[in-house]
Amino acid sequence: MREESEVGLTEAERYDLQRLAGIMIPADAAYGVVGADDDLIFADILRSLGRDLEAVRTALARLRDLAGGDFAALDEAAAESAAMVLLGKQDAVTFALGRAVLQCYYRDDRVIAALGLEARAPFPRGYELPQGDFSLVEAVRGRARMWRDLDGTGDGTGDGATDAKGG
Amino acid sequence: MAENSAHSTPRPTDEKVDVLIIGSGASGAAVAWSLADTRMRILCLEQGDWMKPIDFPSNGRDWEARRYSDFDSSPNRRGRDTDYPVNDADSIMKVANFNAVGGGTVMYTAHFPRLHPSDFHVKTLDGVADDWPVDYWTLEKYFAENDRMMGVAGLAGDPAVPAHTPPMPPVPLGRTGTRYAQATNNLGWHWWPSDIAIATTEYEGRAACINLGHCTPGCAQGAKASTDITYWPQALRAGVELRSRCRVREITTGADGMATGAVYYDPDGVERFQPAELVIMAANGVGTPRLLLNSAGGAHPNGLANSSGLVGRNLMMHPWPMVTGYVDEEMDGDRAPQTVMWSKEFYETDPARGFLRGYTLQYSRGTGPVNEALLALGRGLLPWGRDHHKAYRSMLYRRLQIGVACEDLPEEHNRVTLDPTLKDSHGIPAPRIDYTLSENTQAMMEHGIARATEILEEAGAANISSSTTALNYPGHLLGTARMGTDPARSVVNEWGRCHDVKNLFIVDGSIWVTSGGVNPTSTIQALALYIADCIKQRLADATLFDGGGGNF
Repeated sequence: MREESEVGLTEAERYDLQRLAGIMIPADAAYGVVGADDDLIFADILRSLGRDLEAVRTALARLRDLAGGDFAALDEAAAESAAMVLLGKQDAVTFALGRAVLQCYYRDDRVIAALGLEARAPFPRGYELPQGDFSLVEAVRGRARMWRDLDGTGDGTGDGATDAKGG
Repeated sequence: MAENSAHSTPRPTDEKVDVLIIGSGASGAAVAWSLADTRMRILCLEQGDWMKPIDFPSNGRDWEARRYSDFDSSPNRRGRDTDYPVNDADSIMKVANFNAVGGGTVMYTAHFPRLHPSDFHVKTLDGVADDWPVDYWTLEKYFAENDRMMGVAGLAGDPAVPAHTPPMPPVPLGRTGTRYAQATNNLGWHWWPSDIAIATTEYEGRAACINLGHCTPGCAQGAKASTDITYWPQALRAGVELRSRCRVREITTGADGMATGAVYYDPDGVERFQPAELVIMAANGVGTPRLLLNSAGGAHPNGLANSSGLVGRNLMMHPWPMVTGYVDEEMDGDRAPQTVMWSKEFYETDPARGFLRGYTLQYSRGTGPVNEALLALGRGLLPWGRDHHKAYRSMLYRRLQIGVACEDLPEEHNRVTLDPTLKDSHGIPAPRIDYTLSENTQAMMEHGIARATEILEEAGAANISSSTTALNYPGHLLGTARMGTDPARSVVNEWGRCHDVKNLFIVDGSIWVTSGGVNPTSTIQALALYIADCIKQRLADATLFDGGGGNF
């Protein structure tokens, strides 16, 4: 991947972030998906913090404050409660945290496969796109000229011609 | 500065050229290509790099994430060494640009509408702002030439715009466009397949679109028309020289008030002087006023070509709310060109709506897995925790979204100035943007959001929301060195020459008098081709540097 960063987090921050990621997107057997705290996905998150590193560190500091100083020490229910308070604050910091997690979670091969999608880059194969129903345009084609010019016409009362001057 | 710059060591001076073009994007490429047949020595300085197909995000699995890193639309977040920072903290809209050979065309959606005839007569028809000193019919043949050069796909016969025939068939409607079309027909409103500068067939050596989808941040297939693969190859073959990674610091002038060339930094960071007989600015609606203001000197203390005081003023950026909803079946998502069709139902003025001028409704397709999650998160639609997976699956590949492309009228307090402290990597003062929305624009936005909501409801969408505050899209940059016949009320004349400096021309979006309600690239390029023809005509009859104006 491009834009990989040096991890840039302390050991404690890494632990908190992995635990937080698992709360943000938990594993779910019903959907056949791992959580965002999965080791492979979390390693990708750490590598890819890039421009969001400082925002993520700010978010983790907020989380520690919400946890009374030690997020790691909280039991499962208390940790989830603190995380949801953090994530409920809609600002640039929490959005950057969300981006750091989502951009890696939704490019993981297993997650993509569970969504029924192909785990590949768009290029070079591209995708098929149906033409769609162009007959629908016939309902519009015959409308009167709509555009205006200095002659003041084009307000829907024109002559219906598309314009003799057009090229 | 300018003619008075002091240097401890002499800077290298390059060989003099006939024409120096600053910027290689939409307008710089077009004017370079057009002037090439004069056989003058033409040089273009571009601060960015040549991009290669392998550079573009759709080559990799991280293609979506790179829209928020090295292919972010904001130069501040992107932060490439070829970018300059912009202080837009006091602007409700943010700057979008890209610094590379091809400029913003490397990173645009390639939606390619033209301004309407009425857009050139805003004062006469609607009593607001000012009329342009040129009209649609003057530009018509240049629109057609540009469509051919860029390679435009579309469908002839749209009753909402003057007749024209795009050289390639339109992009497919697909599932998303078909659903939009049915809904808009049910409402009895206008819609039409968009003109889009994407090759739908093989075209002039370019491969046809294969629906990579992620086409805004560069097209790995080469199907999207960016000027590095359209105009530039032909201009270079015709003898134009282009130097990349060369950042211009200032335009210099002589004692006679004429431009003498430009001071720039070469790829090694060495300050050099490039003399020229004629200088053409093509650096966009922020870069051009920034450079003119940075060229202040003894005879022009408020910036070059700025006796009117209008350099940097009247910035227009196209406020563009996005209205989003979700349907109950799979749509095209990101597996197609982003835009599919437009509606001009509300483009022309109807005072009964409570505002003057109008907007285009631009129908877009959806997004990929990452961007769907991020956009839904931003709208407060994607929960964290146990409900995340169910909610996400109800949205992925089910998105409809309509942009409201609003015309913002020129207001002098919306402007580009030089930031007192922020500088780029060469120490050149960076631009600062101040921009607010007028009451007219806000009323227009509300009207457009309501109409787009009606369309989405008719299409069966649920969870409809709009981005009334997230206005960083698209950040078009227009109006900051406007055209006009009155030197007290404009910066350039009716054929792009600065009133104050008779061998200095501007061909980018800076010269727009009003903004219309459309993506600007097609009209920017038509204007550049028109100005190039004006220059050639006046070269032929030896009137290029004469005092008077007069239409070409």
